[in-house]
Amino acid sequence: MDLLAVLNDLVYDYTLRTVALGSALLGTVSGALGSFAVLRRQSMLGDAISHTALPGIALAFLITGSRLPLVLMAGAALAGWIGTLIVMYVVRNTRVKQDSALGMILAVFFGFGLVVLSYVQRLPSAGKAGLDKFLFGQASALMSRDVWTMFGVGLIAIIILVLFWKEFKLLSFDPEYGVSLGFKMRFVDILLTTLLVAAIVIGLQTVGVVLMSAMVVAPAAAARQWTDRLGVMVALSALFGALAGISGAVISSFMANLPTGPTIVLCISAIVVFSMLLAPNRGLAYNWLRTLRRKRQIQTDSVLLDLHELAAQHEDHRRPHSTATLQAMSRNPAAVARSLQELVERGLALEEKPELWTLTDQGESEAVVKLQDMGRTS
Amino acid sequence: MSSAQIDIQLIAIAVAVACALPGVFLVLRRMALLSDAISHAILLGIVLAFFVVEDLASPFLIVAAAATGVLTVALVELLNRTRLVKEDAAIGLVFPVLFSIGVILISRFAGDIHLDTDAVLLGELAFAPFDRFEILGMDVGPKALWLMGGIGLINLIVIVVFFKELKLATFDAGLAAALGFSPTVIHYLLMVQISVTAVGAFDAVGSILVVALMIAPPAAAYMLTDSLKRMIAYSALIGAGSAIAGYWAAHMLDISIAGSMATVVGVAFFLAVLLAPHRGIVAKLRRRTRQRWDFAIAMLAIHLFNHEDTPEADTECRRDHLTDHLNWDENLADQVVDLATRRELIRDESGLLKLTDRGRERAKEAIVNWMPAGTRM
Repeated sequence: MDLLAVLNDLVYDYTLRTVALGSALLGTVSGALGSFAVLRRQSMLGDAISHTALPGIALAFLITGSRLPLVLMAGAALAGWIGTLIVMYVVRNTRVKQDSALGMILAVFFGFGLVVLSYVQRLPSAGKAGLDKFLFGQASALMSRDVWTMFGVGLIAIIILVLFWKEFKLLSFDPEYGVSLGFKMRFVDILLTTLLVAAIVIGLQTVGVVLMSAMVVAPAAAARQWTDRLGVMVALSALFGALAGISGAVISSFMANLPTGPTIVLCISAIVVFSMLLAPNRGLAYNWLRTLRRKRQIQTDSVLLDLHELAAQHEDHRRPHSTATLQAMSRNPAAVARSLQELVERGLALEEKPELWTLTDQGESEAVVKLQDMGRTS
Repeated sequence: MSSAQIDIQLIAIAVAVACALPGVFLVLRRMALLSDAISHAILLGIVLAFFVVEDLASPFLIVAAAATGVLTVALVELLNRTRLVKEDAAIGLVFPVLFSIGVILISRFAGDIHLDTDAVLLGELAFAPFDRFEILGMDVGPKALWLMGGIGLINLIVIVVFFKELKLATFDAGLAAALGFSPTVIHYLLMVQISVTAVGAFDAVGSILVVALMIAPPAAAYMLTDSLKRMIAYSALIGAGSAIAGYWAAHMLDISIAGSMATVVGVAFFLAVLLAPHRGIVAKLRRRTRQRWDFAIAMLAIHLFNHEDTPEADTECRRDHLTDHLNWDENLADQVVDLATRRELIRDESGLLKLTDRGRERAKEAIVNWMPAGTRM
């Protein structure tokens, strides 16, 4: 597929534009709000909310007979919200732990959703009602009124997020401190959870109830690797979410039989892997390279100091010394040659004759500085 | 009841019991969400194995699914160990990837294979009785019943044989390790059990409802008892009962059997949360109310005891003065006095309240029990 053609379609093709916009929206909102879920170790709450939304969608359709996105979203949100409150209540008031409460609510609500769906599908008026696209999402079915609804709900969620930024930050990092300052943390908790519900509901039609949780967890987990600042993390997470949304939607629209939800999930997961490997300071590959470079640096320094030591022990300071001597002095003889090479490149040492080495003036003063840094003078 | 109906119920019971047994340990070890992750992720194992053997009933599928389940857990732990993400996020990252790959494989090759996502995700119990198991040309019952019965039996045997190890690793992993039982081995044993059970059950009830059957009955049983053995037994009973009730509800309303079972199991959990004898919400509320009255009565007794035979007893111990002295509103004061009179702790002598002997005992007892040492009179 031609990149230019893709860009062209993104702008001019109605379906693709709608799909890409919708996916970008869902990625942005769920990415931003997912950050808080991940920081508060509530990653699986997203999974629970998205599964519990299913009966809400089915019941909303059953009661109103409407397929309007706002109606279905309201049903989904209500069910997701009730499910979450039940989890909170059970965890607070019984000995049942959070993991059991979450897992059970999500599976039981989902089962109840299937019950309602199986009932709806028998109704002569309903046909299939297109409700089963909510399982895995079907971005190609997005229409502009869906996107507008998503935009409206998402915008409100983001505005509330900005307005209550300070409170949400407190809740995520030090809720007890928040209580002591006189904030109603219970209310803040429910408000943030409500926003998360909204974010998840936005994405259900595109990604589906089963996989929507990934859009809550993954962008935030990726963003977390790049920064220690909440503001940056939320922005990055939103960006990653949008990026995955657009690329997933585009890829799945250009290939036959490629469902949107799973494709978006694979895109965001690729971003997670990339971030976990390469992000500065935290990335695995980044740290591995940094350690390697430091080891090499220490090795080179030690050869430099060895040469300095040899010069000091001989009357003729300029007398060259053999590689073998330096290897005998080194803890890692195999690496001596490479270190010498590096010293020559930096103008600190000279190879006077083959395999015979001496420090330059610059190398001599560099060694003195190094020794002073280490607290030893020669 | 037709024989198909009996078969369906037997299969439902087998599935529910097989799920509930390992579920007990998941709930106790706070790993309930791993069952969610595993049951989603095994889709990939099922799909890959199906590509190879092209038979949904092949035992190879179970092996592949078990391997995927273990892979899921191992990946979660690998992510955990990088310390770049917390455990909950690790679970939330791993299973969507495996599941997505599974769904995409199914969709891409949907034309070539007889396997669709809905079937894996949702299952269909109603068709299970028609897939018969034959030995030497003899029909011995539905395949699903043999499969889930077998898995349930294996789960039971594993729990019986490794009961001590499982118990130890669940409640005190440190001690288990110190005694030489590797918690890791036990952990993976459990994970294999979960995976095998999930793959056996997905055909009948779908991979998501497996989670309901694994978590809800043990969580309900957890509300009812403190004994591990009883918890296992109750879980199995609750699971089996919900299976039958769920089937009949589905039969009468003509709705999805699996969904109905999951709903009933959820209802069972909430009944347990509400009505459990000691830990249930209702029992807790009642206990709290009773304690509130006991406390009020004891306050009254102490008050009367303090002023007994003193000059101010005439004012302090009058029924209509309690509102001032104990800061109670009239309604409450009346109720407390009535209750205390009925328990024969006090007597009302024309408006003046007098302690009975029992009342005096209660007051002394309360003072000793409640007053911090050093402030006792």
